This record gives sequence, C-alpha cells and structure tokens, in this order.
Amino acid sequence: MDTLEIIKPENKVYGKPRLMNDNPMHYCPGCSHGVVHKLIAEVVDDMGMAEKTIGIAPVGCAVFAYNYIDIDWIEAAHGRAPAVATAAKRLNPDKMVFSYQGDGDLAAIGTAETIHACNRGENIVIVFINNAIYGMTGGQMAPTTLLGMKTSTCPYGRNEHLNGYPLKISDLLVQLEGTCLVTRETVHTAAAIKKAKKMLRKGFENSMNGKGTSVIEFVSTCASGWKMTPDQSNKWMMENMVPMYPLGILKDK
Amino acid sequence: MAEEVKLMKGNEAIAHAAIRYGVDGYFGYPITPQSEIMETLMDEKPWETTGMVVLQAESEVAAINMVYGGAACGKRVMTSSSSPGISLKLEGISYMAGAELPGLIINVMRGGPGLGTIQPSQADYFQTVKGGGHGDYRLITLAPASVQEMADHVALGFDLSFKYNNPAMILADGVIGQMMEKVILPEQKTRRTEEEIRKAQPWAALGKSADRERNVVTSLELDSAAMEQNNLRFQKKYKTIEENEVLYEELLCDDADYLIVAFGSASRISQKAIQMARNEGIKVGLFRPITLWPYPAKALNAYKEKVKGILTVELNAGQMIEDVKLAVECKTQVEHYGRLGGIVPTPQDVLSALKEKLIK
Repeated sequence: MDTLEIIKPENKVYGKPRLMNDNPMHYCPGCSHGVVHKLIAEVVDDMGMAEKTIGIAPVGCAVFAYNYIDIDWIEAAHGRAPAVATAAKRLNPDKMVFSYQGDGDLAAIGTAETIHACNRGENIVIVFINNAIYGMTGGQMAPTTLLGMKTSTCPYGRNEHLNGYPLKISDLLVQLEGTCLVTRETVHTAAAIKKAKKMLRKGFENSMNGKGTSVIEFVSTCASGWKMTPDQSNKWMMENMVPMYPLGILKDK
Repeated sequence: MAEEVKLMKGNEAIAHAAIRYGVDGYFGYPITPQSEIMETLMDEKPWETTGMVVLQAESEVAAINMVYGGAACGKRVMTSSSSPGISLKLEGISYMAGAELPGLIINVMRGGPGLGTIQPSQADYFQTVKGGGHGDYRLITLAPASVQEMADHVALGFDLSFKYNNPAMILADGVIGQMMEKVILPEQKTRRTEEEIRKAQPWAALGKSADRERNVVTSLELDSAAMEQNNLRFQKKYKTIEENEVLYEELLCDDADYLIVAFGSASRISQKAIQMARNEGIKVGLFRPITLWPYPAKALNAYKEKVKGILTVELNAGQMIEDVKLAVECKTQVEHYGRLGGIVPTPQDVLSALKEKLIK
C-alpha cells in the first residue's frame, strides 16, 4: 500500500486537539507540561465545555498555559490559584473551573490556599504538576524535592535536617472532607496517558456534579532542571520519584 | 417610596449598601475594627435575596485573590479589612492594578505599625495613596467622613473602579466604622446578568464564546517594550482620573485667614474646632479632601496666597501634609497636628494646636 492510500479520514488514529492552538511551546523537550495541557484540551472539548471553562494559570513554568489552550484564562499570583478559582466558581456555578499549578506554587507558597480550597470542597479541579524542582526560576529546591536530590539551592543534596522532608501534599489533601478525588498519575507512557485522561475527566465531571474538589497530581519530569535527557528523566522519575510519590487513586468518593 | 432613615454603624452601612448596589461577591477575613461588615452580610443572607456570594476566606491574602478572581470574571466584588490585613492585600491590589481589574477594597484603619492597636488611626495614608504594593500603580481612594458617606462611597467606589478598570479603596478609620449615625440607604438594584457583564466587560474571563478570541486576564508581559506600553497606558489613565474625578468639600473657606485640611474622622473633629475658633473671632475654614487619590491639589492651590497658614489635622505623624505642601507649593505656612497610636484628639486640642502652631 502506498502512503497516499493510507492518508484517509477513516484511517485517522490521532489528531491535535482542537483546543490546542498553534503557538510555539516554551516548554523544554521531555517536559510533562505539554502532554498534560493536551489532555486538558481533549477532556474539555470531549465534554463540550470549551465555552464554559475558565482556567487559572499559576506562577512557574505553566504561567503561559494560557498561550496554548484556547479557553478563557485568569493568571493568578504565585500560589493563589485556588483562591482565584474559588471565586470564579462560586460566582459562576455553571462554569467549569480548574487551577493548574506546580509544586512550588501549590505546596510551598500556596499551601494555605490549597488546603483551604480543598477543605471547603470547592467544586473545582486542581491539576498539580510535581516535578520536584522550580523549573521557571532555574532549578531551585521545591517542597517536593527528594532527599539527597541536588538543586541550585541545595547543591549538596536535600538534607532533612537543613531543608525538611519532601512534602507529600496529596496525602494531606486526602484527609480533608472536601476532596472527592485525589489521584497520582504520570504521562510518560501511552498507557499512563490514557489512564491520566480518564482521571482528569472524572475530576472535571465531579466539579460539575458538585461533588467537591478533585486533585489530579502528575508526577512529572523536568529534564532541564534535572540536567538529564528526556529519556533519562523518565527513567529517573520512575526509579526515584514514584517510590516517594506512589501512583494510583488515593481517594475516590 | 419614602426614604428609609436608619441608625447604624459605618461598617453596617457598608454591608447594606453593598447588597443594595447589587454587588456579586464579598470575600473577607475578620479583623477589628471592621468585622461588622462581614457579620452584617452573613446576618442579612443576601445569597437568598440578590444572589450575592459572601465567603469568609482563610486569610486576607486569599480574600483579595478571590476578589481578583471574581473581578477577572467581570463581577462586582469587594473585600474589607483593617491596616495589618491591608498590608497583606497589597500584593493582590498591585496585581489588580496590573491586570486592570475593577473592585472595591475597604480599609477601616487602626493604629500601627505592626499589630499596633485596634483604636482608630489614619496612618495608612502613605500606604494607600503612594503605592503600597509594588510597581507604578495608583489606587482610587475615597475618604468617607460620615456613616452616610460609608454607604454612598460603595456605589461611588464601584462606579469609578468600573469606569476606569482600576481597583478603588474606601479609606475609613475606626471612628467612622464604629460610630452610629443616621443613614439613608440607596434603593435596591438588581445584580447584573451574565449577558450584561459580557457586554459591559468584554475582557472578562467568563468562558470563551465562539464569536471572540479567548480572554486572558493577566498582569504579566515579559517583553519589556510591550510592558512599557502597558505602563504608559496606565499612566494615561491615571492622568485622566486626576483630571476628572477629584472630590472635596469646603466649609467656611471663603473668608478664611487660616485653613484646616483634614479627611475622615479628623475632618469631623476639625469641623467642630473651626466653629469654636470662629466663636473666638478666628476665621478658619475646613478643606476636606473626599478623594485622597486623585488629590484635590488644584483646589488647594487656590489658597496658597489667600490664607496665612494651613494646619493639617491627621491621626498620624504627618502624612497628608506632604501633599498639602506640594499643592500650595510651600507658599504659605503649612503645619501638622496629629495624635498617634489610636488616640483621637478633641476639637479643643485641634483649636489649641491651631493657635500654637499658626497664630501665636
């Protein structure tokens, strides 16, 4: 069969999501952000909610999430996305509202906003990218940085006596009555992506069904921050990140 | 309909006026001496009548960011606090100014610095009108001097902030917030529909409809040339506000040899002081700025060669006096009288200061 015969609509197995626009991405090769963006674009479109979705962008690498997904966005101050999302949802109950946050944004500077939005059971989705490092500012220690892991602000490796322990914030959020779904996913294989998409969809549906806060954590790579190739980062993530942040559903009620 | 005259606290008047203005949401955190605002709103349950959202946030920081979020959706949203809490809100206020979002913030000032005291003060003048948060921004600032103005400034503050897409603040103090006076509340307005908001605030993040590009509410612009243009646009807007929105009141100023300049509760005390002075044959007038930014500099300038001296009366160590000196180009003597740390002077104290500093 020659190539021209294969290119037919009925043979199409994959396409760029309609809601992903053509802006060149600023994310590094091997970064998880792009895949998670794509999944959100797909889920929002699949649900027919493109005109009713409001995304809250964080401070960090994903500050420019609003350049890529073709929906309305509000760019929040560092760590405050859950507070911004709280108001957007409460004032517009018919809208689908999500925050998109990194580990520094969600689990360091924004810990109070995260915990209290979850504890109030705000009907929002919190998409949490955990790559154990501050990417945007150039590779500093994050609340989720692993013990022994080297960053520019713990160049000899994270030491628990000096820096405290990696914060498993999703495990904390499980304890709050207001959360209905807390899950930890990855997007490093096709199978993982498929499963992650299902969880995202469930979270977004929860938010529209008034079930409370859904937290979808993505254990992610930061090839540049980790100073590895994309392939090495995926391996390092599975060997080092996942034992500390085990994958799967932590809470589903 | 007959006008309803009610007796209430300044803080309560703000809450009632907010409901009646058709405010969409209030987000706050308790702090003395302004907690009656949220308490009154919770008591009135406006979510059952107008549909107004009232939420107690986990902190002042969260509350102002809720205001940021609500404003980004084009809604009429507000928060209130007192001095230490306002310090926490300044990050969010700067973001609102940078993203050109309207919204109303109320500061019922107490004495500082630090945890300070819960007693009245006007020591946040610099913080409010000279910046406070980071960046070159301006905050529309209203200074009510009565319970009636506490109610009226809610509508005025929202109208101005939506006219210019800029946050506005009601800068009250513990006296105005806590004292009870007669007040005529405005008539109930209905909250705006989403359709009305989409039309009036086409930039609002309310979900991207098929007929327009996506809306992004942000203060971020990494391209310095574009960011400079943003700043120049803000400056142009601030200039327009300065030219068009100045408010002040003059009392017995026409024949005055001396002027007292005071705002808020200090102006109420000074009002009595000028009567006492006139009873003694001293011709004193009261100039009361109602907008602290934009400041009524031009109006004050007219007195620079007319009066023998000006006394600013402030519940602080001398903050507004700098703007008064600038306004009159230091062409007449300008002195300051103030009490600090929550002490409120009597009219007699003000009269004595006037004699001692300007007339002796």
